Amino acid sequence: MNINPIDSEGKSSWDNIILPNIPDLQGIQTYIANGGYEAFKNALEMKPEAVTDEVKKSNLRGRGGACFPTGLKWTFMPKQTTKVKYLCVNGDESEPGTFKDRQIFESNPHLMIEGTLIACYAMGINTAYIYIRGEYGRWINIVEKALAEAYEKGFVGEKILGKDFSTNIYVHKGAGAYICGEESALMNSIEGERGYPRIKPPFPAQYGLWGCPTTINNVETICNVPLIIKNGWEWYSKIGAPKHPGPILVGVSGHVNKPGVYEMPTGVPLLEIIYKWAGGVPGNKGIKAVIPGGSSTMVVRGDQLEGVKMDADSMKAAGSAVGTAGLIVMDEDTDLIKVLARIAKFYYHESCGQCTPCREGTGWLWKTLKRFEKHEGRLQDIELLMDIANNIEGNTICALGDAAAWPIQAMIRRFREEFEKRVSPKEARVPASAVA
Amino acid sequence: MLNESNKQKLEELKKRYPTLQALVLPVLWMVQEQEGYISEESMKYVATILNVPYGHILGVVTFYTMYHAKPMGKYHIEVCTNVSCLLRGCDKIVGHLENKLGMRMGETSKDKKWTISEVECMGSCGTAPMFAVGEEYYENLTPQKVDEILDKLR
Ligand SMILES: Cc1cc2nc3c(=O)[nH]c(=O)nc-3n(C[C@H](O)[C@H](O)[C@H](O)COP(=O)(O)O)c2cc1C
Ligand code: SF4
Ligand code: FES
Repeated sequence: MNINPIDSEGKSSWDNIILPNIPDLQGIQTYIANGGYEAFKNALEMKPEAVTDEVKKSNLRGRGGACFPTGLKWTFMPKQTTKVKYLCVNGDESEPGTFKDRQIFESNPHLMIEGTLIACYAMGINTAYIYIRGEYGRWINIVEKALAEAYEKGFVGEKILGKDFSTNIYVHKGAGAYICGEESALMNSIEGERGYPRIKPPFPAQYGLWGCPTTINNVETICNVPLIIKNGWEWYSKIGAPKHPGPILVGVSGHVNKPGVYEMPTGVPLLEIIYKWAGGVPGNKGIKAVIPGGSSTMVVRGDQLEGVKMDADSMKAAGSAVGTAGLIVMDEDTDLIKVLARIAKFYYHESCGQCTPCREGTGWLWKTLKRFEKHEGRLQDIELLMDIANNIEGNTICALGDAAAWPIQAMIRRFREEFEKRVSPKEARVPASAVA
Repeated sequence: MLNESNKQKLEELKKRYPTLQALVLPVLWMVQEQEGYISEESMKYVATILNVPYGHILGVVTFYTMYHAKPMGKYHIEVCTNVSCLLRGCDKIVGHLENKLGMRMGETSKDKKWTISEVECMGSCGTAPMFAVGEEYYENLTPQKVDEILDKLR
């Protein structure tokens, strides 16, 4: 593996706009002193449809994993309806390798609140729930405090700023379940149910919380909204990759010298992220592989990273996805089978059990991978793993099944030799056909 | 039984949701904060005040990993062993904890002081390895740091 560090010292020329380097920004005074809630005030002077239009033209795409166009999603909400409408801000953040929304809660909660307000105004919503994973108790307190401040200043509540617009925002605390990040499971969880995903259609914009039209957006997605309204869609759409523009929070973890959350424009080469932002690999080791966007995204080989960038198109071309932009770096000495087995265990543990392929398949995947981990794999087990994964993919109610299958499929396709090395010597001598 | 301040809190929370059932998670949190765990008796109580079947409450408690139907140790140490933590040596932290406390992952000590368990990604991947004790996160752990934390808690 021969990778030349681009610039191990270089500092980024990017000035943070989601996580600006301003002390005490989580306090409303500081936030307002730095132009906070101006975008919301601007929005209130616009027609709601014009706000949605602005977001649509900006090309903002969701930061929750699927890169779905946000403005388009908002237009799915019915305009003429007698039903109550809801917004859910998704802060369940439980995808392994993802730790960016936590940074927003911690250092810029008012940006999220302001974005929530604008989204509510644009879609004619009067109630929003911010769903935060239960483990984030400390960060829930920070958000609750910020919300209380916003209520006190009259930005949230009834007849906001004297206008004919009212919105309440509430925090809903999760209780430990990755699946509750899936939008329909999240709604069930708010309703006081177990976090079981719902069969779609109907989609949330038609039949969401309590059967009412609902939009679900990720925390970071929502934080982009005030920036768009404040600076205009043209400004925003010129940041980073044209088809997937804007600032993006990349969480770098694993084998790097400076792990952390880095804000940058979309479209930065992964190698630059690893070497320029995250300080390179400890001991100057080579990179064996990266998982670019949280545990569900497909592994990319270290020797195929050249030119791969952190935006939807580039990641797709590389056979992976941006996901949550949780970039996990693995050096040349990493035991990839052990890593994969741990990922498989995660999905097995988090499967809600509604669909047989997911419930059973994730367990088989994990057990089979454990055999490889202990150097007790059988040659035909490689095909078996692929088979199980293929049978889960596309055959389940929600995308957790796919998320469990993709890492396996990609690892086998891209690192078959790692599996072959772990076939038990006893098994390897026997032709595969004879052992079945 | 909810204490007075939680009863008040419950009345406030009722304004936030159109159904009583939506209060299941928030009320279970209150009970657990009060009692340390959620007993069968508490579940029946929650079922009554929220007007949902007991079976529903039981289903919710067993579904979510953060609700405990049994008492846990006074200090519940939850070690993340997911990928990013694995890459940064959580195995060492697990081993060290097990040795220091003389117990295995998933166990509660006889004196009910400690429970140690393995958990999934906690959102501390950039400060791995980590464990949480209650709401407190301890990050960038080393065996020495673990010793200091244990000494402080003891
Ligand atoms: C198993 C599973 C877990 C998910 N977890 C999260 C999560 O923790 N946070 C999140 O924002 N989206 C998560 N999603 C994606 C959501 O379903 C939804 O697409 C997203 O919140 C939409 O927001 P966006 O359009 O702003 O990206 C998850 C999806 C699946 C299938
Ligand atoms: S795919 Fe898995 S997690 Fe999703 S609904 Fe089916 S069993 Fe549950
Ligand atoms: S993998 Fe351990 S905190 Fe994320």
